[in-house]
Amino acid sequence: MFPYISNTLQDEKAMLKSIGASSIQELFSDIPEDVKFKRELNINSPMSELEVQRHVKALWSKNKSTEDLVCFLGAGVYDHYIPSIIKHIISRSEFYTAYTPYQPEISQGTLQAIFEYQTLICDLTGLDVANASMYDGATACAEAAIMAVESTKRKTIIVSKSVHPEIRKVLYTYTRFKDIELIELDTKDGVTDTIKLKQLVDSKTAGVIVQNPNFFGIIENMTEVEKITHDNKALLIMSVDPISLAILKTPGEIGADIAVGEGQALGNQMNFGGPYLGFMTTTTKLMRKMPGRIVGQTVDVDGKRAFVLTLQAREQHIRREKATSNICSNQALNALIAAIYLTTMGKQGLKEVAYQSMQKAHYAFNEIIKLEKYKPVFNKPFFKEFVIQGHESASVINEKLLECNILGGYDIEKNYPDHKNALLLCVTEKRTKSEINGLITAMEGIK
Amino acid sequence: MKEYNKLIFEISKEGRQGYKLPPCDVESTDIRDMIPEHLLSKKDIDLPQVSEVDVIRHFTQLSNKNYGVDTGFYPLGSCTMKYNPKINEDIASIPSFTGIHPYQNEKTVQGSLQLMYELSEKLSEICGMDEVSLQPAAGAHGELVGLMIIKAFHENAGDFKRNKIIVPDSAHGTNPASANVAGFEIVEIKSNEKGGVDLDSLKSFLNDEIAGLMLTNPNTLGLFDENIKEISRLVHEAGGLVYYDGANLNAIMGKARPGDMGFDVVHMNLHKTFSTPHGGGGPGSGPVGVKKELMQYLPVPIVEKKEGNFTLNYDKPLSIGKIKSFYGNFGVLVRAYTYILSMGAEGLKKASEMAVLNANYMKSKLKDYYYLPIDKVCKHEFVLGGLEQGLSEITTLDIAKRLLDYGYHPPTIYFPLIVHNAIMIEPTETESLETMDAFIEAMISIAKEAKENPELLKNAPYNTLVRRLDEVRAARYPVLKYTKTN
Repeated sequence: MFPYISNTLQDEKAMLKSIGASSIQELFSDIPEDVKFKRELNINSPMSELEVQRHVKALWSKNKSTEDLVCFLGAGVYDHYIPSIIKHIISRSEFYTAYTPYQPEISQGTLQAIFEYQTLICDLTGLDVANASMYDGATACAEAAIMAVESTKRKTIIVSKSVHPEIRKVLYTYTRFKDIELIELDTKDGVTDTIKLKQLVDSKTAGVIVQNPNFFGIIENMTEVEKITHDNKALLIMSVDPISLAILKTPGEIGADIAVGEGQALGNQMNFGGPYLGFMTTTTKLMRKMPGRIVGQTVDVDGKRAFVLTLQAREQHIRREKATSNICSNQALNALIAAIYLTTMGKQGLKEVAYQSMQKAHYAFNEIIKLEKYKPVFNKPFFKEFVIQGHESASVINEKLLECNILGGYDIEKNYPDHKNALLLCVTEKRTKSEINGLITAMEGIK
Repeated sequence: MKEYNKLIFEISKEGRQGYKLPPCDVESTDIRDMIPEHLLSKKDIDLPQVSEVDVIRHFTQLSNKNYGVDTGFYPLGSCTMKYNPKINEDIASIPSFTGIHPYQNEKTVQGSLQLMYELSEKLSEICGMDEVSLQPAAGAHGELVGLMIIKAFHENAGDFKRNKIIVPDSAHGTNPASANVAGFEIVEIKSNEKGGVDLDSLKSFLNDEIAGLMLTNPNTLGLFDENIKEISRLVHEAGGLVYYDGANLNAIMGKARPGDMGFDVVHMNLHKTFSTPHGGGGPGSGPVGVKKELMQYLPVPIVEKKEGNFTLNYDKPLSIGKIKSFYGNFGVLVRAYTYILSMGAEGLKKASEMAVLNANYMKSKLKDYYYLPIDKVCKHEFVLGGLEQGLSEITTLDIAKRLLDYGYHPPTIYFPLIVHNAIMIEPTETESLETMDAFIEAMISIAKEAKENPELLKNAPYNTLVRRLDEVRAARYPVLKYTKTN
C-alpha cells in the first residue's frame, strides 16, 4: 500500500468496470509494444517514513552546516538572521500547496502577498514597478540584459568585471545564444573603470551592468557610470544587495533604468544554493518590456478591491514565441519569505541589520589588518565584505580556519588571477564580537 | 468571521516593531567615517512598522484567502497537482541541509552532493537517459537548457544552418518562447485530429535547417502518440534531434521511457511528477536529461563520484555554460529525492497506473454531459470541449467560475489551443473515488444549470471572497504597488 494513493483494490475494479476495461494494462494498450518498458525500474524499493528518515540521516550527517561552523563566507549568499515567524507562515499549506494564482477568486492570499512584495521591492530600490520575482539574482540580471536589448534595439551589453563571476557566467550563456555581444569591462582599484567605460560605450550599447556593492564588497561611485551610460542612450542596469539599500543610495536615486538582485538575504535559507529569488524593478516607461509575472490591483463586480495577474500580453502563454521571456513560474514562496522578512524587520530592523553588518565587518577588517600579516587589497569604502591578502593562498587559509570550525572566505584568485592570495570575507549582524575575535585569533595562528 | 481586507501598509504604525536583535557588541564607528556621504541614501526607507503579532495575523488571514491541494481537489490539467507529502517538507528543512553555503569546501557537503548524485541517477533511469543535470530552476528553464544543448550540438558539428525548431500547435506556450530565447526560429506544425504529429506535415518541414522537434508525449490532449518511434526516426534521419517536454511524465513512469521512444533530450518537472509543492507559482525544478552524445554539453557543474567522494566538475569545455547561480534548487531536489525513496520503483509505476485509471474514469463519467472531441483511451488527463454544441452562450470560463461555487479549483481552461473551449482535467493518482465522484456530480449539475438557468453561470461565482474581477481595468490602468494616500 502507498499512503499517497487512495484507491482500494475494490475501487480499481469498480472504476475499470465503469470505463469498460478489463484491466489496468488495457489502459496502456495504446503504447506500442516496441516502446513499452518491460522490466522494473532499477531504483530503490519503497520505503516507510522511518526508513526514509534513517536513509537520509546517513546523508545529512556527512554535512557540516552553519550549525557546526561559524560563517564568514558571503560572495552573494549571506548568513543573515532569519526570524522564526517565517517558517511558521510559509508552512501554511494554503500558501505552499497552491498553484499559480490563475483563478484570482480563490487565490487572493498569494496575489495580495505578491502585490505587497512588489511594493516592498519598489520601496527598497526606489524604482516604479517590480515583477513577482524570477529564478535568482543571476538569471534576473540576464533577463534584464535581454530586456535592454529588446527596448533599445541595440545589440551590445557591457558588464563590469566587478559584477559577481557567477552572474557574468550566466549572462554569457544567455547572451551567447541570443547573439548579443557581451563585453566585460575592466576594473581599476577594485571598482568599475569609468575611463574604459567611456571608450567602450557607443551607439550599439544597449545596457551597462554594474553591481553595488560590487563583488569585492566595495561601494561603487555610480555618478560617472550613470552619466556615461545615459549620454549614450543606453540603459543602466544595477545588480544590488537588498540589505544594503537600507543605507546606500538606491538605484532610483542613482538613475538606474533596471535594478535586479539576489533576494536570498531577505529571510531565505542558504540551502546549498537554492531555491532563492531574483528581484527585478524598472521604470514606468519600461514596464511593458519587463519579463515575468506581475500582480495588479483592480476591483470585482461588486466594486471590492482585489488583486490579479496582469499585463499578461507580455507573457509566453499568450504571446508564445513573441513573449518578453520564456519564464512561466516565479519564485512565489521565496517572494513570500522576502515579504514577511521585510515586513517583520520593517523600517528600523532592516536599517539595523545593514548598520550592524557594516560595523562588524569594519571591526573585523581593522582587527585583521592590525595583525600585520594581511594587507587590504583595495582602499575603498566597503559594506559588509572586504578583500585581504595573506602570505598563503586563500584555500590554505580556509583549510586552517575549517580546523577551527570556521567557514572562511571566498577565494578571489579563482576568478581574478591577478589578485594572488586574496580572500573575500563577509561579516553579517549574526556574528558576535567573540566569534569575530575567534576568527582573528585563528588567522593570527596562520603563518 | 469578519472579512479581512487590509494591506500590511494600512496597519503600519509609527514606532511599532516586529523584530529584536542583540545590541551591536563591537566598538562602533560613525557611519560617515566608513562611507562617504555621497554614497548614502538621502531618503529613509519606508517599510511597514508592525509587531510580530500583526505580521502573523496578517499573513494567516491572507492564507485563508487561498486554495491549495491541502484544501481540496485541484484537477488542473497539465499541472499534476498531486498531494505534496509532508515528510518531504520535514526532510527539506533539516538544518544540515538548509544551513549550507553553496561555496563551502566540498568535503563539508558530501551528504548534499551524494543526494544530488543519486537523484540524477534515479531520474536518468526513470527517463531512460544517460545523464541528468539538476541545475534548471523550472520547466521553462529546463526547456531553454535543452534547446541550448541542441544548438551547441549542431554548432560543434560545424553545422550552423540548423536554426529552426519545430513546435506543434498543441504545445505548451513555453515551448516556442524557450526556443526563441535559445535563439531559434519557430516552425509551427498543425496537429492531426488526435492531437498528435501529422507525419506528412512533419516530413514536409524536415530539411537541413531543422535543429530539432519539441514534443510532449502523451500529448496535451492526454493521448499517447503511437507513431512516436517513426517521428523520432524521421527527425533523426533529417539530422535533427528530438526534445521531450516532461510535463506529462506522470502518465508513464515504469510504463514507457522517453529515452526508449527516441528522445535525445528531456526535461522533467519535479514540482509535477515528483510531488514537490508548487508554492503558489514556484519554486520549481526542471532537471534535464540527455543521451550519451549530448552529455558533454550539459550545464556546469556536474556532480561526479571519484574514488568514493563526490565532487562538482566544472571542467567541461563543450558545456553550454552556467544557466543559473550554483547547482539548482537544492531544497526542491531534497523533496523529490524523498518522494522517490518513499515510492520506490513499484510505487512510481502504481502512481502512473492510478493517474491513468482516474483520468479514464472521470472521462467515462463526463462524456455524456460535455463534448469529448476524441473518445479513446487517455493517459493521465483528458480534454473536453465545453458543453454540448448548441449551448454556446455558456463559455468554458463560466463553467470554471461556477465550479468555484461548488468548492473546487477548476481544471485548466482554453488549453490546448487546438480544442475549442477546452477544459483539461487531470485528477492525479492521489485522489479517491469519492472525491472524483463528488466533482463529477458538480460538473453534471453545472451542465444542468447551463440549460435551466444560464444566467446563474454567467455571473458565477457567488460564494467566493471576491467575485469576477475587472481584468481589463487591471491591465489598462495598472496599479502595481500600494501608494500611501494622506
